[in-house]
Amino acid sequence: MKILVVCGNGLGSSFMMSMNVQKAMKELNIEGTCSHTDLASAKTENADYYIGSPEIMDQLNDGKRKTIPLVNMFSLEEIKKALTTHILKG
Amino acid sequence: MLEKYLTAEMVQFKADSENWQEAIKLAAEPLVQHHFVEPKYVDTMIENVKQFGPYIVLLPKFAMPHARPEDGVNKLGLSLLVLEKAVEFADGKIANVFLVLAAPDKDSHLSLLSELSAVLASEEKVEAMASAKTYQELIKII
Repeated sequence: MKILVVCGNGLGSSFMMSMNVQKAMKELNIEGTCSHTDLASAKTENADYYIGSPEIMDQLNDGKRKTIPLVNMFSLEEIKKALTTHILKG
Repeated sequence: MLEKYLTAEMVQFKADSENWQEAIKLAAEPLVQHHFVEPKYVDTMIENVKQFGPYIVLLPKFAMPHARPEDGVNKLGLSLLVLEKAVEFADGKIANVFLVLAAPDKDSHLSLLSELSAVLASEEKVEAMASAKTYQELIKII
């Protein structure tokens, strides 16, 4: 399982979000890796799931990529809920 | 380590700002003045929000405007603006704490962000930051 956290620039928000996503993955016992990048690079990088703000996910969603939009990236609860809905029940 | 970058001259307290664009400009002023970033960095940060949405509002009340190293960063720096009255972004998100990040490359700022992340994980600390009135108060929080 490879999860890619994406933001506009790939150096601030996505890094901080990926720390929280990793925490959530651990708590939910989801095995895999989580890295972070910017929107342009994400378009050419393959991953099982892409996570980011709704605006970024809209731009990444081509019908083939599995995207998970997150509103509050510091809410561990929201991240866990999103991972549960999209991945565990997916 | 945050306090090493957030020196008194990088931190401002103001009553309000006309809109989020002005707030970002004001918040970034110390970084421009002390040549951490080129003036165009400020415009790019604003453009990014228009293009990608206000995801720089990391959580309610707290925004971290930033752009890329190649958008005009000279050296690693942070500046902070606390507004008494919050400003609103396009989708109704609000912020009154603006922490501007200037990262000169992809790695050197990551330990700063880890530290910041620990502060932001505490709702109490975010509240305290949003209502801080003096530099001393603020430094105690972080």
